[in-house]
This record gives sequence, C-alpha cells and structure tokens, in this order.
Amino acid sequence: MEKLVVIGNGMVGHRLLQALNEGDHTHRWHITVVGEEPRTAYDRVALSSYLEGTSAQDLSLGQVSGPHVHVHTNERVTTIDRTHRTITTHTGRTLPYDRLVLATGSTPFVPPVPGHDLPGCHVYRTIEDLDALAIDARTARTGVVIGGGLLGLEAANALRQLGVKTHVVELAPHLMPTQIDQGAGALLQRLVTDLGVTVHTGSATTTIEPGPDGRAHRILLGDGTHLDTDLVVFSVGIRPRDELARAAHLRLGPRGGVDIDHTCTTSDPTIHAIGEVAHHNGTIYGLIAPGNAMAEVLADRLLGGEATFTGADTSTKLKLLGVDVAGFGDAHANTPGALDVVVNDAAGGRYAKLVLSDDATTLLGGILVGDASAYATLRPLVGHPLPGDPLALISPTGPTTLGTHALPDSAQVCSCNAVTKAHLTCAIDEGAREVAALKSRTRAGTSCGSCVPMLEQILAESGITPSSALCEHFTHSRTELWEIVRSTGITTFSELITSHGTGHGCHVCKPAIASILASQGNGHILTGEQATLQDTNDRYLANLQRNGSYSVVPRIPGGEITPDKLIVIGEVARDFDLYTKITGGQRIDMFGARLEQLPAIWTRLVEAGFESGHAYGKSLRTVKSCVGTTWCRFGVQDSVGLAIRLEERYRGLRSPHKLKAAVSGCARECAEARSKDFGIIATDTGWNLYVGGNGGFTPRHARLLARDLDEDTLIRYIDRFLMFYIRTADRLQRTAPWIESLNEGLDHLRAVIIDDRLGIADDLEAAMAEHVASYTDEWAAVLSDPDKLARFVSFTNAPHTPDPTITFTTTRDQPVPAPTPLGIPTTRPTMETTR
Amino acid sequence: MTTLTPPLTWIDACPAHHLETALGLATLLPDLHQVALFRTHDDHLYAVDNLDPHTGAAVICRGIVGDHAGEPTITSPMLKHVFSLRSGHDLDDHHTHLSTWPVRHHHGMIQIGTTPQGTP
Ligand SMILES: Cc1cc2nc3c(=O)[nH]c(=O)nc-3n(C[C@H](O)[C@H](O)[C@H](O)COP(=O)(O)OP(=O)(O)OC[C@H]3O[C@@H](n4cnc5c(N)ncnc54)[C@H](O)[C@@H]3O)c2cc1C
Repeated sequence: MEKLVVIGNGMVGHRLLQALNEGDHTHRWHITVVGEEPRTAYDRVALSSYLEGTSAQDLSLGQVSGPHVHVHTNERVTTIDRTHRTITTHTGRTLPYDRLVLATGSTPFVPPVPGHDLPGCHVYRTIEDLDALAIDARTARTGVVIGGGLLGLEAANALRQLGVKTHVVELAPHLMPTQIDQGAGALLQRLVTDLGVTVHTGSATTTIEPGPDGRAHRILLGDGTHLDTDLVVFSVGIRPRDELARAAHLRLGPRGGVDIDHTCTTSDPTIHAIGEVAHHNGTIYGLIAPGNAMAEVLADRLLGGEATFTGADTSTKLKLLGVDVAGFGDAHANTPGALDVVVNDAAGGRYAKLVLSDDATTLLGGILVGDASAYATLRPLVGHPLPGDPLALISPTGPTTLGTHALPDSAQVCSCNAVTKAHLTCAIDEGAREVAALKSRTRAGTSCGSCVPMLEQILAESGITPSSALCEHFTHSRTELWEIVRSTGITTFSELITSHGTGHGCHVCKPAIASILASQGNGHILTGEQATLQDTNDRYLANLQRNGSYSVVPRIPGGEITPDKLIVIGEVARDFDLYTKITGGQRIDMFGARLEQLPAIWTRLVEAGFESGHAYGKSLRTVKSCVGTTWCRFGVQDSVGLAIRLEERYRGLRSPHKLKAAVSGCARECAEARSKDFGIIATDTGWNLYVGGNGGFTPRHARLLARDLDEDTLIRYIDRFLMFYIRTADRLQRTAPWIESLNEGLDHLRAVIIDDRLGIADDLEAAMAEHVASYTDEWAAVLSDPDKLARFVSFTNAPHTPDPTITFTTTRDQPVPAPTPLGIPTTRPTMETTR
Repeated sequence: MTTLTPPLTWIDACPAHHLETALGLATLLPDLHQVALFRTHDDHLYAVDNLDPHTGAAVICRGIVGDHAGEPTITSPMLKHVFSLRSGHDLDDHHTHLSTWPVRHHHGMIQIGTTPQGTP
C-alpha cells in the first residue's frame, strides 16, 4: 500500500477522506491524517449555530473509519521534508509519505493595528474561538465587529443573540462589498440597523486602546471618532495557512496560497493542496463548495481517475435572522456588455438585481437582499437562457411560478456538492421518493441547505407527492386532521372517519385522533368511544410491561416529595409486592401490578394526595429540577418552585409525542434542561428558555429560544410553543425533528412565538388556558366511575383471578418477571421508533 | 358455522352487554387457556387466543380493534403485530397466528366453544 498523509482535518480534508473511503475498493492507500484542532472535522459553515445551542457533537461531520485510515487530532505539523518525503509534528512524530495533501484551510486575518492582541479581542473561526467569545460576551454590554463582510455580519448576529449591543465597522463604503453592490448594500444596512446593529461604513480602525483593566476598551476610527466597547471581533478576511508550503519552497500564488493546477497538484508532483489553502488560476476560494469540488477531483486522481478542477461557483446566500442576502454568478456585472435589471423596493425591504448577457438572453448572475427565496431557482440558471421576462423572475410573485422544468439537465441545483438536475432526476428514477432519500443518494442539500426547496419542487414535478397520509384510513396528515377537528367541531372518531376517512381505523390512526380529540378538550380519555381509541397504556392509565403486568407512576411535581408521601409509596409497593425504581424524571416507578390490582393501588395513592403521573401518555411527563436557591450555594433562581408551577400547569396535556422538561437554577445546569423538549436555565436576571432537546436514540441539545425572561413571559412563551407543537407536529414527532421540519427552523419558531408573525399567539394562549382550567386527575375520575372501573378485571368469568401467565422471581430482593417460555420478545423491524 | 368433529362444549364468558364494541375482554377456560373476545362495529363477535405468540404475554384482548383493507384486525399492544380477527393470521408474518375459537350470542350471554376452531 502507498502512504497518503493529509495535513488538516477540516471540512475539505474530511471530504477527501469520505471520497477516498467510498472509492478506494482496491485498498491502494494507507491514509494518515494529522489535524491541529482538538476534535475531528466539524461543520464550520454552521459554526454560529453552536452559540444557539447546537453541540460540538451535533456539528461533527462524523468519523471516517476503516482499517487503513488513522486520524490524529490535537497535533500540528511543523515541517515538511521534501527530500526524504516525511513530515514532522509538534510532538516530534515523523511520518513518511508517498503523497502529501495540504488541507490546512486558512486563518482569520488580524490587522496589525496597535492593540489588536489585547485581551477581549477575538476571531471567529473555530469552536474554541466561540467558547472564548461566549465567555467574554457574558459580561459584555457592547461589542464591535471589525469587518462587514459575510462572516462579519454572521459574527455580529451572534453577538446580538448573546445579548450584546453590537456595532459593525466596515472599511468599504457599504456592507458585504465582495458579494453585493452599493444599492443592495444600502438596503442591507437598513435592515441590519432595524435589527439593532449599528453599522459604520467607510470607517478604518486605527488603534485599539486598553481600559484600566488592560482589556480592549476603545476603538479609534480613521475619521477621528471612537467607539467604546467591551469586546472586539476581527473579521476582515482570511489568509491561507500556507506557512508549511512556504518553508518547503513550494510555488505560491501572488498573494499567498499554495499554487495548484487543474489536478490539485502543487509545484511538487507528490504534494497536493485543496480547500482554502489552495490558489488556483488567480483565485483563493473562501467557500466550502469549491473546496469540496477540489477534494472530489483529488480523490478521483488518487484513485487513477482523470477528473479536473476548472474553477467553481462562488454564489453565497446568507441569512441573518430574517434578512436574506444572496449573491451569485457575476453579481458585480464584470462581464463586458452585461446588462442589469434591478428591482429596488425600499418600502417592501427588497432589492433584487439580475445580470444578463449583452443580448439580454442569458443569466450571468444576480443579487437578492431582503427576500432571497428566488435564489434556489435562479442560481442554477446562471449561464443558461432565461425562461421568461427577467423582471417577472424577481417580482415578488415571480420565483414561485418558475418551475424546475425551466432548468436544463446540466444546471447545478446544489452548488455546494456539484449536483446537477440530471443527477437528481436520475436518483428519482432509481427510486428516491423523498428529500431525505435524494440527500443521501446525491449529497444535494447536505451542506448549506439552500437548494432543499428545489429538491422538493423537483420531486413534486416528477409526480411524487411525499405522502403525509396518516395511515390507510386517512389521506390527511395529523396537522390537517387537527385543523379539520377544530374547524368542524367534530368530537368523535366515528364522525371523523365517516366524513373524512375510510374503513374503521387502526392502531395508527385511533390513538393519533384520540390525542387530537383530547387536546381539544373532550372530557375524560376513557369516556364513551374514546376508550376504544387508546393504546393499552392510556386505556388502563398505566404502562404495559413485558410480561403483561403494568407499572404505576404517581406524579411528583418537580421531584419534590414529603417524607409522608414517600412512606405511602413504600407501603403501597410493599403491600402489593411491587418492584420499585427511581426514574430519570425524578419520581418513583412501581412495577409488576396486575390489571385488576390497579384500582386498589390507585385508591391508596389518591387518598394520600397523589395524582396520575401520565407516564403512560403521549403527554407531559415531568419537569425535573435542581434545588436552586432554596438550598444550593450557587443557585440564582427558585428552580423547584418554577418546575412545580410548570408541571402543574401542563400536566395531562396530550401531545404528538411525550414531552419532557426541566428547570436548572443556575448555569451549572444540574437538571440537564438542555436535553429536554423545553428546558429552562436561570440567569441573574430571569430565565433562558431552550427548546427541542431530547435523549434517546438520536440525542439532541435544546436550543435557545429566548433569554432573560421574567416568569410570566416565560410561561406565555411555553404556552405558545407547546400549543403550536401540538397543532402542527406530525404523529410521534418529537419537538426536535418538528422544529427542523419547519421552514427556517428555529427562526420561524421565534417569529411565531415571540414576534407573533402568524397572529395566532392569543389563540394558542387561550387554548392552553382552557387546558389548564379543565384539567382533572384521570385516576380520581376512574375511581369514582363504576362503568370505567368495571373494565379493570382480569377475566370476564373470573374478574379477580390473577392472570396465570404472570409470574415473578426475585432479583436483589425485589420481584421481577420470571422468564417466559418463549424467551425474549423479538423486536419488530417495522416498529415505530421516535422520529 | 364450521362443523366440528368432537362435540363442542359451550361455556358462558359474560353477559352480552358487557362486551362493548371494539373493547376486548379475556375469558379463562377451565384448562387455563385464555381467549380474547371482541365485538366489532358491525356487531360481529370474534374469539382468538389471548396469548401474543411473539412475546408470550396474555394481552391480545387489550389491543386496538381496527381493519386492514376491509379485514377486521386486532393489534397486539406488546409489539404492535397485527392479526386478522377472522383467520387469526399475523398479517406481516404468515408463520405466526392466533387460534380462533367458536363464539356465539346465546340467551343474553356470550359463549365460547371450548375447543379451538383450529389453526387457519
Ligand atoms: C463562521 C463561518 C461561517 C461560514 N459560512 C460559510 C458559508 O455560509 N458558505 C460557505 O461556502 N463557506 C462558509 N464558511 C467557510 C468554510 O467554512 C470554509 O470554506 C471551509 O471550512 C474550508 O475548509 P478547509 O478544509 O479548507 O479549511 P478548514 O475547515 O479551516 O480546515 C483546515 C484544518 O486544518 C488544520 N490545520 C491547519 N494547519 C495545520 C497544521 N500545520 N497541522 C495540522 N493541522 C492544521 C486547521 O486547524 C483546520 O482544522 C464559513 C466559515 C466560518 C468560519
């Protein structure tokens, strides 16, 4: 085997590994990767989401593993010895190579102004950079971003979201000078200013002066004015990390960057360079798409192929909390004779420009600000004849009417991964039926995601409508059925299936509709026909276990319980011979109750003041808490009090899936609130609300929805969040995938919940108020209703005879199910898992 | 009804009004066999094994009654296997089935024949 050494495990280096791993069937290469960062490659493009709660693990691009791939992290290469074909790292390790790849990316450029290295000065490139920034932002009131380009604005948005009053200082006369023109820049500046960011264009930074604490404090500008600040972020450009190549005397570009040819080879035929470190034909690309294209070309070459790199698309689309900015193709109309068509709608906050060839037939590029929804359709058309009147294409109604059939097969729909329309239609012919399948087969839409609407459109225009039908009995989705029930006032399953479905229902639609009916207030879930819709857990208000017995979980709000109540639980468990275990939700689970024992057990529990814990329902489980200010030396708010208030507010609320919550009394986060559907973390001045976390098969960290809320606002936001979820989520869809499924994700959620963009906030709150007012304990209601109680019998002809198949043995002094003669239940391959 | 070779003994399961539409019940036979009883929306009576053959738990009567392409079904609450109420077949796995039992409405009582109608 030949030895391939890759320096740098960033995004492009990772893509190279993936491509080699997929293509190297003959095991030609033994690959060693040396990366300086403390972790393997992650999604730098999505870096800012880290500050909103996406974890480093979520950002990870995954491991490329195989017997012939070795990745070393935390190790920097210090020299290349071209004569002996070895590299040496800072730990002293020397590695021989047959071929060497430089994928070292670039480093933020910090202008050498006096004071640039004071404490409080930051850059924005790695997870460690963001960690440092977040720490300083905690105590900062004002922050200044130097540089108003794409990355600078992204950093400004991040500072803003960290609660820091933000300024942007840009040397050029308008923002994002590389991507957009003066007109678009002016509109962008207005929209960004509306978001509370102060923009200073045409301003040079001359000096950064320290304050008395020695930290960056004052920025002196070229016009003699100054800005006082608590922190500084430099974002004035990037420089290729070509220092190894320079020392090894490889040929560089005129302004740096390792010069490569169309095969991604440097001036040394055994050394290659890809990504942001490479200089190709006069250009250093600062975007992921060209880097990925280089990685694919190099992988192909290393495996004996003939691929070539001939340059790449530098289109970009940026989203700054509601402000879309996109530039694509020849945005600055540099092509000789190019014509512009401009729509500058200052009142509507939209600017759109198309650049056309001199005969006005071919699209060369364009700029969109304020509304970039046409980007996905227009960008692939670059270099192709226009399908219609150019003005119509950028008028507010234009892009939606332009179908994908207007695109030629060769048009690149996903420029990040160079996927053409032909690739996609081919994948559809081979059986891809939904966006997820198209993504995994072609990689389209897996990087910046801006082409996902196009993928949906191409699927739709191929005659494939993604089926959202609930099951064979209803062609509607859960959301549609929710609306039907609401608008028609239908209160029973029979009415609904007669008027809007076929047949008699099944285990899929019945519980889903039971939940819809319950969340719109239809009395006790076991009243009348509703009883027949419930899964066994809801039908017997207990959790079915593997041997046919049930577990019993009384509610213990916030995990707070008196010794007397603890004793009752102990006595009940002892008297009914139940196995007890403490749950992760801070309560106590009693296992091994037989169906006919449930009423007697609950009679004792209800007498002692317990209520149903709804452990059996797709509904609120628990609101976990730490002890907060009541006891803890570090606590800053009363987390237990809030947890109890929340648990008592949302108990019994039926939802598309189970709901878990937690409240932490300080930033130490002992209640693990960020692993919950909604989690609350105390701050010095209020509460931060996080949404969309879960444990389980695909763990997710909850992301910040709003910060420093007072208790009433917090509860209003949670009311709205939960009701909006209940109304619009799919069946068995937890909050994290639901948020992802919303167009614009968390931003959309913020718009609905905080800005009330849909005008439904009052309605959502009213629905929650109704739930709170109508709550009753389900178990107490059963105990006082002889008809419902009559269903808790083991056998029709022997109501109190225990089921003879339920038997127990003893393990660690407690009863546990005796092994069944059939052995371990087989899991169903088709069984539903949490989506 | 199918003609059966051995003489059939009927035992009383419950008063007919105890068996609600789409809410199953279990009956214990003298030989400790458990039978799950169902009444569907069209007032048809069905009786099948109460023991879920996939897990060995006696829980079939606690599943959800429904239909699949017109065939009346019961879904085991354990791992959601779907069985035909008419034939007892597992609709996804033809090697597994529930036995079906004779059942009738007789003088205000639901009765079960104590020999299975057999395996489909
Ligand atoms: C906040 C942010 C947002 C962005 N948004 C977008 C966007 O929307 N669209 C877009 O197209 N692009 C965007 N980019 C740019 C994109 O992330 C880069 O183009 C891409 O990461 C380049 O990949 P790379 O592998 O060349 O470099 P990198 O991802 O930087 O990887 C290089 C790696 O090499 C390591 N390394 C360097 N020298 C050595 C050494 N001597 N020894 C060992 N290891 C070494 C580095 O530590 C690094 O891990 C964004 C970048 C940032 C920072």
